[in-house]
Amino acid sequence: MLAGAFVVNGPGALDEGDVMPQHDMLDGKLMTVDEAVERFVHDGGQVCVGGFTINRNPMAVVYGIARRRVKDLHLVAHSNGQALDVLVGTGCVRRLDIAYGGNGRFASTCFRFRKAVERGEVQIEDYTNNQMSLRFLAGALNVPFIPSKSGLGTDVVERSGLPPEARGDGVPREKVVVLGDPFDDGDDQVVLLPALTPDVSIIHAQQVGTGGTVRIKGLTFADLEQCKAATAVIVSCEEIVPEEYLRIDPDQNALPPFLVDAVVPVPYGAHPTACRYFYDYDPVHLNHYKAVARDDEQFAAWLDEWVYGIESWDHYLDKVGGARLARIRANTVDGYAPGLDRR
Amino acid sequence: MTGPTQDAKTVSAGAVAYSPREMMAIAAGRFVKDGDVLFAGTGVAMLAAAVAKRIHAPHAHIFFETGGIGPPLDELPMAVADPRVMAYGSLNAGLVEAFSYVANRRLHTIAFLGAAQIDRYGNLNSTVIGDYLAPKVRFSGSGGACDAGSLASGYIVFMQHGVEKFVEKLDYLTTPGWLEGGDSRRRAGFRRGGPIAVVTDLCVLKFHEETHEMYLAERYEGVTPEQVQQHTGFPLDVSRSSVAAPPTGEELRILRDDVDPQRLILGG
Repeated sequence: MLAGAFVVNGPGALDEGDVMPQHDMLDGKLMTVDEAVERFVHDGGQVCVGGFTINRNPMAVVYGIARRRVKDLHLVAHSNGQALDVLVGTGCVRRLDIAYGGNGRFASTCFRFRKAVERGEVQIEDYTNNQMSLRFLAGALNVPFIPSKSGLGTDVVERSGLPPEARGDGVPREKVVVLGDPFDDGDDQVVLLPALTPDVSIIHAQQVGTGGTVRIKGLTFADLEQCKAATAVIVSCEEIVPEEYLRIDPDQNALPPFLVDAVVPVPYGAHPTACRYFYDYDPVHLNHYKAVARDDEQFAAWLDEWVYGIESWDHYLDKVGGARLARIRANTVDGYAPGLDRR
Repeated sequence: MTGPTQDAKTVSAGAVAYSPREMMAIAAGRFVKDGDVLFAGTGVAMLAAAVAKRIHAPHAHIFFETGGIGPPLDELPMAVADPRVMAYGSLNAGLVEAFSYVANRRLHTIAFLGAAQIDRYGNLNSTVIGDYLAPKVRFSGSGGACDAGSLASGYIVFMQHGVEKFVEKLDYLTTPGWLEGGDSRRRAGFRRGGPIAVVTDLCVLKFHEETHEMYLAERYEGVTPEQVQQHTGFPLDVSRSSVAAPPTGEELRILRDDVDPQRLILGG
């Protein structure tokens, strides 16, 4: 790294040799995808990805994890779509705690996720969206468990997908515990859920300030709880903007600088998922994925082309193509691409 | 042509032809009352909510588990995290906040859900076919379905009608309906909620007030009670059914031209 400047190179960043202004306030947190993955994503670690199905999945960082061929991850999320399917499909994941593996109309069930579970290649513990969000909230509040009314009388509560020997070593002793209300003599019951404290949470945001403040536009899903529960936080973003700008309207901001460990500027870094006010989801890319992901050989070829064979983020964007990126570009008022052909 | 079955593309209603999926969206939309607070999932649920809002329930509030509260749905979202649920609504939030609306004791919240299997008490499976630990088919999992079944004031289900879907016993119970019938739902710890109706490509089913067993309430024109029973994997009370009103030309026009002009969910 040069004094007073930050050289961003390698896959997942700008072209080698591009020099970006150094933002002193970012205190060395500004890094490339590869640097962030090397520092914070380790074999066997518990990793949490933000976004929801076709929206704000941190895809550039996910591709970086896949390229680094990280192994045995314990992936925790609520309803992740594309990021989950790529991480499972590239063999990075050994165990999942999730509520949902689907991608809306592009995959009622994510294809590589479905195959991996049916083939017994991953262990899965099924929870619900409310349960997973609360598990992150519990981690953020540093309480060991949290009650919920979700799932009483169901197999979500009755059945575990993990073999008994998987418990211990960071995996809670029970999946859930059903408890009568200890404050009341009635017959009310709750489901106790174990807290989650991931080793690293990875999210994609629209803007990060030069001082490290994070702004997310649109729905935040459970990104904030996920980041507050984690030991380390990676935020990839569309733009680095002057910190003063974000501080004119703090109501709009999502996370303070002191929770963020890595800031990774990657324009279109959630592609092919959407990023409100910047771009819509990419129906052409997602339909192509849908066509190839069902088949092992075609999927392997797709990975070679779109993940392992990518030399830089510029290379990736060039492959997607300028015309396509223009078509999915969000209208700055609506926040999506009105009239986009989504068939 | 006897009725809108899975193998039939359309049924002719006088001069107006319509598909089973169009009838489902309109039949379900008729359950929505003006001013209701609706929790919508992906798929036909989205159509039903959007149709109702444009026809007879303009003051219905639609919200999504992702945290999108009250969007007008000018363009049809194709997932609950579509950026189209984030535009021009009351507010944008997150999951914890959205579930505090689903569960809110002041609100009468109705959820629209789909599933892979349903039993006679309206319990749903959206997790696996086969053995849970070695599944023949893996589905997406609960998402927010179990939460809606647990927390909302009630839910309406969309299903294709067939014996492999309407089963005696679920392979996995993802979403709690009336559990084992009677007062078992309350005994499990729930203070409200449960399935209200099931809307299929053949008919609308409801649940007996005491036993909470499913019965045939309305069949679509051209569908016989025997047909419905044939497509159902458990005995069904078909004795009190009537024929549902077919979609009007205006309902179909709004569904086709305004709600889903790209036929993203209507298909075909």
